[in-house]
Amino acid sequence: MQLTVWTYEGPPHVGAMRIATAMTDVHYVLHAPQGDTYADLLFTMIERRGERPPVTYTTFQARDLGGDTADLFQRAAHDAYERFKPAAMLVGASCTGELIQDDPAGLARALGLPIPVIPLELPSYQRKENWGAAETFYRLVRGLAGPHMPAPGTARPARKPGEPARCNILGPTALGFRHRDDVRAVTDLLSRLGVVVNVTAPWQASAADIARLGDADFNVVLYPEIAGQAAQWLKRAFGQPTVATVPIGVGATRDFVTEVARLAGVDPAPVLADAASRLPWYSRSVDSTYLTGKRVFVFGDATHAIAAARIASEELGFKVVGLGTYSHEQARDVREAAARLGLEALITDDYLEVEAACAELQPELVLGTQMERHIAKRLGIPCAVISAPVHVQDFPARYSPQMGFEGANVIFDSWVHPLMMGLEEHLLGMFRDDFEFNDGAGSSHLGHGTKHAAGRPAPVTDAVERAPVVAAMEAPVLVAERPIVLSWAPDAELELKKIPFFVRGKARRNTEKFAGERGISPITVETLYDAKAHFGR
Amino acid sequence: MNAPLLATPVPASGCDAPPILRERGQREVFCGLTGIMWLHRKIQDAFFLIVGSRTCAHLMQSAAGVMIFAEPRFATAIIEEKDLAGLADANAELDAVVERLLARRPEIRMLFLVGSCPSEVIKLDLSRAALRLGQRFAPQVRVLNYSGSGIETTFTQGEDACLTALVPILPEEPAGAQASLLVVGVLADAVEDQFRRLFAAMGITRLAFLPARRAGEMPAVGANTRYLLVQPFLGETARALENRGATRLPAPFPLGAEGTTAWLRAAADAFGVADSVFEAAIAAPRERASKALQHSRRALRGRRIFFFPDSQLEIPIARFLSRELEMELVEVGTPYLHKEHLAADLALLPAGVQLSEGQDVDRQLDRCLAAAPDITVCGLGLANPLEARGLTTKWAIELVFTPIQGFEQAGDLAELFARPLNRRAALEV
Repeated sequence: MQLTVWTYEGPPHVGAMRIATAMTDVHYVLHAPQGDTYADLLFTMIERRGERPPVTYTTFQARDLGGDTADLFQRAAHDAYERFKPAAMLVGASCTGELIQDDPAGLARALGLPIPVIPLELPSYQRKENWGAAETFYRLVRGLAGPHMPAPGTARPARKPGEPARCNILGPTALGFRHRDDVRAVTDLLSRLGVVVNVTAPWQASAADIARLGDADFNVVLYPEIAGQAAQWLKRAFGQPTVATVPIGVGATRDFVTEVARLAGVDPAPVLADAASRLPWYSRSVDSTYLTGKRVFVFGDATHAIAAARIASEELGFKVVGLGTYSHEQARDVREAAARLGLEALITDDYLEVEAACAELQPELVLGTQMERHIAKRLGIPCAVISAPVHVQDFPARYSPQMGFEGANVIFDSWVHPLMMGLEEHLLGMFRDDFEFNDGAGSSHLGHGTKHAAGRPAPVTDAVERAPVVAAMEAPVLVAERPIVLSWAPDAELELKKIPFFVRGKARRNTEKFAGERGISPITVETLYDAKAHFGR
Repeated sequence: MNAPLLATPVPASGCDAPPILRERGQREVFCGLTGIMWLHRKIQDAFFLIVGSRTCAHLMQSAAGVMIFAEPRFATAIIEEKDLAGLADANAELDAVVERLLARRPEIRMLFLVGSCPSEVIKLDLSRAALRLGQRFAPQVRVLNYSGSGIETTFTQGEDACLTALVPILPEEPAGAQASLLVVGVLADAVEDQFRRLFAAMGITRLAFLPARRAGEMPAVGANTRYLLVQPFLGETARALENRGATRLPAPFPLGAEGTTAWLRAAADAFGVADSVFEAAIAAPRERASKALQHSRRALRGRRIFFFPDSQLEIPIARFLSRELEMELVEVGTPYLHKEHLAADLALLPAGVQLSEGQDVDRQLDRCLAAAPDITVCGLGLANPLEARGLTTKWAIELVFTPIQGFEQAGDLAELFARPLNRRAALEV
């Protein structure tokens, strides 16, 4: 058993959901108990999707366990086919479904549905989300493109002269960290190289698109965690080479362009000379001098962590003091990247271990996931998010890729801004005793009220809203300007404290206004609620 | 000395009961583990350890992630492949996890081992584990267990299961003790204090709340205990309290001015509070509640509302919206309908209202889209998809996480429904 406060990855069936949801006409029938439907909200709330994920849950209950849960599965699969008419179906079990051993694969086969049905074996007690996504994508690709595979030993027909090279973009999923924008950035990069995109998958692909993956000359793998396995199979089955470089950062984007140009037989020079890449100049400009040697701690999925370490050390002049990943499957790559920086990689999915490592290294900037944002907040360190697990904030309304030259520009901004505000920190240090600009107020880039003794997030807005009030009371000039001093009965004051901190300031102001207008003093609990009723919400 | 128990309308149970559509299919509802989200804030020195899978841990952080302002007092002991191989090993592993946990959080006084779907299916006996660990960590930490599994519990039933686990450890009221009032169900601290003041004004001072805010302060119970439920989903807790001799005071649930009045009156009548005293105690806050409701009535009057099943609070809320805000009820879905505990609320629903129990989400969506209600109450998995189809929605989960009970919150409860409508009216994009 593993004691877990937070987890970096969901269970493997959530990975499968990310593949199904990314696609246009694939349905997933999941043998799962009530409650597992929580996973829908990842897509509808975090990613703000306007459609439910294409998943049917069998919703078995305790009382079904002695009876026929297999029948329940078959009915659910049958009804899902009738209702949604998908072009292909995935079938499998969640962690509890796995324990009752109903064999969704055999049950679905027995239904004889007139569409490809792809069974998924996702061992929930050994594997996690990214593995589940990779396995699902691989099974789909094998199942749907497999029938179009040339006979073993057949050579790939050569491209006709003058015909542009074609490639597939593999790996972007639903609920991926900036996948939506990365697809656009990479598609744009490829088109400037004159390369035609045959299929992007699973992102917005249909089952028919998967079937024609073999038409491309080569594959671009954006996220090896998800598409690495499928790309290996495509290489064996169709002889398609893989572009393994992930274009995150200026250097990696240049490498990517060079590699693609070689496979496509085109000249990379015009794209490499891209003037839209601002990171190199911004990083050289004198203003960036203060970035030099900033100690950074990097943690995330393997793809983003490796890329971040390279950008940090080669493109921004930071000093990487820690590098790690929760992706056990890609641990070797991360270890190699760490070794190049003279570090030992931290390979763990234990949040507490990451927290301990981060606290011990005392970095000046954390580049991590939403989990590390928690850690950094607690330790009072600036942080930028570079990888999944995702949060609603990781789906910005604007175009905000991580890949390509524009992605590097986005990264420059999002990593440097938390540090830029560091100037404010100096001022806080200088004017520690200033009445409204004091130590306790905390600097704006750290969220609110990060400096507190217990190492726990303070009741934040309270500090923000109350501090100026208290300070103003203490400043003699301002006190003289206050015509009446409204007094609060002690029990009313206590009652006020029970109001959630984020609306407490407003409640206080409204109540004092209400009492002031009516000449009520002291303010009692009754006054507080009279005012509440008066103002409504 | 007791006056007649209830002055509010009680249903002539059975004959004019509204028709109930019972459905069985995919349920778009959380499991009982989710209750930990509010239970761990309420009992301030308790820790909730789910014994489950990565899915359980993922559920907790996905549902709670944005709401946590402090380090949560809950965690998951994730069952791994090797634990499935042998239960003896699983028990040893669990002990090690608990040891590590309690060493990290020495301030914890009560530990709940919370069962999940996988732990139930592999029949990991958490009651024995609780006993074993309880002996080991006594008297410092009390160890209890309950199941929040999705195969047994729906969303708010997790609170029921947790409180049921608390009942056997409640101290015994002495046999000759004076009658006492026990208010049962998690309330926001501020709401609890409001009720405490109202009961005090009526002269009911032998009063306690279950759960208490701290593990060491759980209330006593006995044959002279009268209890009021604040939530309609506490069926098992009620049964356990009755086994300890307590008597339920039937009442509508304390939502809205009318519901709160009737709920308080049930206690007042049971404790022989004179009408004049009762009236004097509630007049001002009831007046405030009526006034506060006016803010939202304009937006809500005559609007048609559709409830997907979620928290079991649907029926009392529907009663409040139809009677105090004049909304029209299209369908009122609830995961489970406790006819006895909801009798007073059911009796106040308009005749012929469509109730549904259980769920087949696809069929219910068909009905909802066909009915095109003005506002739809649903879970987070359905809200954006319905908004994208042009419907206005209210997240059901907010009704559980927001203080809505009592006079001072009546306006807030109405506002929760008015806001999505006002927002839609305000947006011009």
